[in-house]
Amino acid sequence: MKLEELRFGTELLKRGFASMQKGGVIMDVVNAGHAKIAEEAGAVAVMALERVPADIRKAGGVARMADPEIVAEIIDAVSIPVMGKVRIGHFVEARVLESLGVDMIDESEVLTPADEQYHIDKKLFTVPFVCGARDLGEALRRIHEGAAMIRTKGEAGTGNVVEAVRHMRAIMGSIRALKGMDRQEMIDYAREIEAPAELVIECSERGRLPVVNFSAGGIATPSDAAMMMQLGADGVFVGSGIFKSSNPQKMAKAIVEAVNHFDDAKVIAAVSRGLGEVMPGLDVHKLREDEVLQYRGR
Amino acid sequence: MGVRIGVLALQGNVSEHIDAFERALETTGHGTPSPVFPVKRASDIAGCVALAIPGGESTTISRLIEKNHLHEPIRTFSGGIFATCAGMVLMATQVDDPRVCPLGLIEMTVNRNAFGRQKESFESDIVLAGVGGGPFHAVFIRAPVATSAGAGVHVLARVGQGIVAVEQGKHMALSFHPELGSDTRLHERFLKNLGF
Repeated sequence: MKLEELRFGTELLKRGFASMQKGGVIMDVVNAGHAKIAEEAGAVAVMALERVPADIRKAGGVARMADPEIVAEIIDAVSIPVMGKVRIGHFVEARVLESLGVDMIDESEVLTPADEQYHIDKKLFTVPFVCGARDLGEALRRIHEGAAMIRTKGEAGTGNVVEAVRHMRAIMGSIRALKGMDRQEMIDYAREIEAPAELVIECSERGRLPVVNFSAGGIATPSDAAMMMQLGADGVFVGSGIFKSSNPQKMAKAIVEAVNHFDDAKVIAAVSRGLGEVMPGLDVHKLREDEVLQYRGR
Repeated sequence: MGVRIGVLALQGNVSEHIDAFERALETTGHGTPSPVFPVKRASDIAGCVALAIPGGESTTISRLIEKNHLHEPIRTFSGGIFATCAGMVLMATQVDDPRVCPLGLIEMTVNRNAFGRQKESFESDIVLAGVGGGPFHAVFIRAPVATSAGAGVHVLARVGQGIVAVEQGKHMALSFHPELGSDTRLHERFLKNLGF
């Protein structure tokens, strides 16, 4: 076969990659040791970053892409896909991760935004992107820019699932509401939520987002993960919830099982036994406005 | 009674497989009420004439097969198995990764991620031996290949040296993803091999 007949970085390859993650758990890891624990527990992918969100909150200052040294070590340590976070709008950090061989880039509000006006033009990249969203309009704006996967933002590093629930309900509820609209009403609604009309119509036809939709931001227990699946998530990201718990191995395996059997309370009960200390949580209502990560990017 | 097809729903792109088989059944005149449905338990598998093992993470799916005690029920399943990508890895007799516990249903040795990482994932038109209607548009995502296949294995296609499509008995394994496109020729061929 001639090499020029191969096509790389197409929309289908990007969305297809995201689709292979469905029903899975993607775990935040900060070093190769964590990555191996995650892989061993059955994670479908790992997210390489310098600190888990709970520690980013504590550290303050500017949070950036992880040291390429750490990312490269994680890539070498595991055979499952490795994702990495870049700052919103920071297209050079994204090029750096792409060159390292990262399989998907998370343009993430957990890091300090590099551009308060524009997100990365994701269609220019070979590697696929995942982006956070709080509602349907935000999700569709990101998809329009080229995101191959959406994750609800939730409120990262809090161990509190309330915002993840709010965002998943907002997105799923808005899609359900499209059912009662005719074409003109959908076009008008698209203007209202500042989203491209053709994507709103596509959501209506499919009864779901045009790309895979994961849940993220505050998932700390197997029950949290299973609830997000029941609310319509295609899979979950767990950030601080695993490596800030007292027994990460056990917690990681339990969350994988709970996502697999999200509609079976007996299984969730069984895997939730004796997990030890869950990560300490934060009341999102007591966060100062500048501490709320979900307001970054819109 | 319809053609009952189960899609192993432990992890991966299950809904695309369900949609693709429904389209193929429609084309072959078996349409509804032939149900295609997700299966998670041994008792669900028993009533099927065919089982699809989807794409996903082979290490994750393998771990869940073992955890859910599905290895033997799948290995001894009397129907045909249609396996793509991670599914192809699981169908092998030998895999290059000790974390995968293969089912050994197709005599072949498979290497995971044989083309590299996601940025090396590609689409290409490939020629399938004995499949009419011209080249097949194949989507390879962190795809595996078989590096060798036994005498009883019918090789349908290669990319370079790597074997990317095989049949053995009732089973078919593909390192690419026909379920992501609209071309159902391979699904139809698989169903035809089963007598539908």
